[in-house]
Amino acid sequence: MKETPSQTAGPYVHIGCVPRFAGLRGMYDGQDLGAEMITGEVAGTRISFIGAVYDGEGAPVTDAMVEIWQAAPDGTFSPEGFTSWGRQPADAQGAFRFETLKPGAMGAQAPHILVWIVARGIGLGLTTRAYFADEDNSSDPVYQRAGSRAQTLVARAVEGGYHLDIHLQGPKETVFFDV
Amino acid sequence: MAEAPFKPRDLGAHPPPFYPDYRSTHFRAPSHALLHYAPTATEMAGPVFGQGMLGADDDDLIVNYAAAGQAALGPRILVHGVLRDQDARPMPGKLIEVWQANAGGRYRHKKDGYLAPLDPNFGGCGRCVTGPDGTYSFRTIQPGPYPWPNGGNDWRPAHIHFSVFGDGFAQRLITQMYFEGDPHIALCPIVQSIPDPKGIDTLVARLDMGQTVPMDIRAYRFDITLRGRDATYFENFKDGT
Repeated sequence: MKETPSQTAGPYVHIGCVPRFAGLRGMYDGQDLGAEMITGEVAGTRISFIGAVYDGEGAPVTDAMVEIWQAAPDGTFSPEGFTSWGRQPADAQGAFRFETLKPGAMGAQAPHILVWIVARGIGLGLTTRAYFADEDNSSDPVYQRAGSRAQTLVARAVEGGYHLDIHLQGPKETVFFDV
Repeated sequence: MAEAPFKPRDLGAHPPPFYPDYRSTHFRAPSHALLHYAPTATEMAGPVFGQGMLGADDDDLIVNYAAAGQAALGPRILVHGVLRDQDARPMPGKLIEVWQANAGGRYRHKKDGYLAPLDPNFGGCGRCVTGPDGTYSFRTIQPGPYPWPNGGNDWRPAHIHFSVFGDGFAQRLITQMYFEGDPHIALCPIVQSIPDPKGIDTLVARLDMGQTVPMDIRAYRFDITLRGRDATYFENFKDGT
């Protein structure tokens, strides 16, 4: 049996996935799924993970939806009080913001956040990773896989968190993975 | 013991990043090929949702945005099917989200300025969670075809967008469901960007008279297949690598 083929999420993915943001009054009790990642008391460092999505001409991708999936500070997924999963729309500037916890390392893997981007013009959701500028990423196998382009995966420290811009195309093109 | 890792994805079964006839890909397609790695503990895991998150009418787009006692305009349909993996294993407890245009082909979105009017009783989104046997269903109205800016006289076939979660994030999928007999399917570059006609055919829902309720609602069947597991796996999967 073959996997069902992907199709673009189109320009209106916000209606389906973040209806509150899209202005659909009252849907799902006014709560966009994935908006809250920290749901209880979990030890660790709270961070804002922010950035923006740009196309090959440098224009913001305002119709994108971004999902992240990451370990908790203790290196496990979805422990009590932390969902590990977040979903945010890109806004009118192409920007996204997640309020989350800094992930812990897992075995040989350095702390990282899986980032998944869908939008009009993207036929198969794009998977990338965010690593952290203040961690030693050099022995992480996926980071190594990115080779000379690995710097496109590194989020820089900013006030209160980390910043990573995602470039779909062009000289600053982000590394995207088939995983 | 962790389950077997996912099979590699057959990228040739999906739209290529750059497809000349679909203009929006021109500046959004990465120039570099995707870099492959085998799923790690990160991609083997994924968020878990349950029936408990659902509201009473989340799976009924006919009424879930309508004023009390009102209903959305358009042909009433029940869309149903089974979610399974490539090994034909049903996938219970998985979240499916849908969104679509109204019966006139208009989305409830500030950027959609199509001539067709909004339906005050139709929002255009819904969701459900697959049952113990992997089946799902929701009620909606059949969406209309609509024109879109792609450089020519382009019309989308009537379609419903689907967002699907699996066991692991590597199975995450967004796709679109079409309707049997729609002549726009053959004309649409978004659909035709799928290389294999058999793959396209799997996105075309069939009228299902067996589930059609007399004098009430017609049924369409749409089954969804997510990535399966690697059959050659023994017990060498190491956490964290």
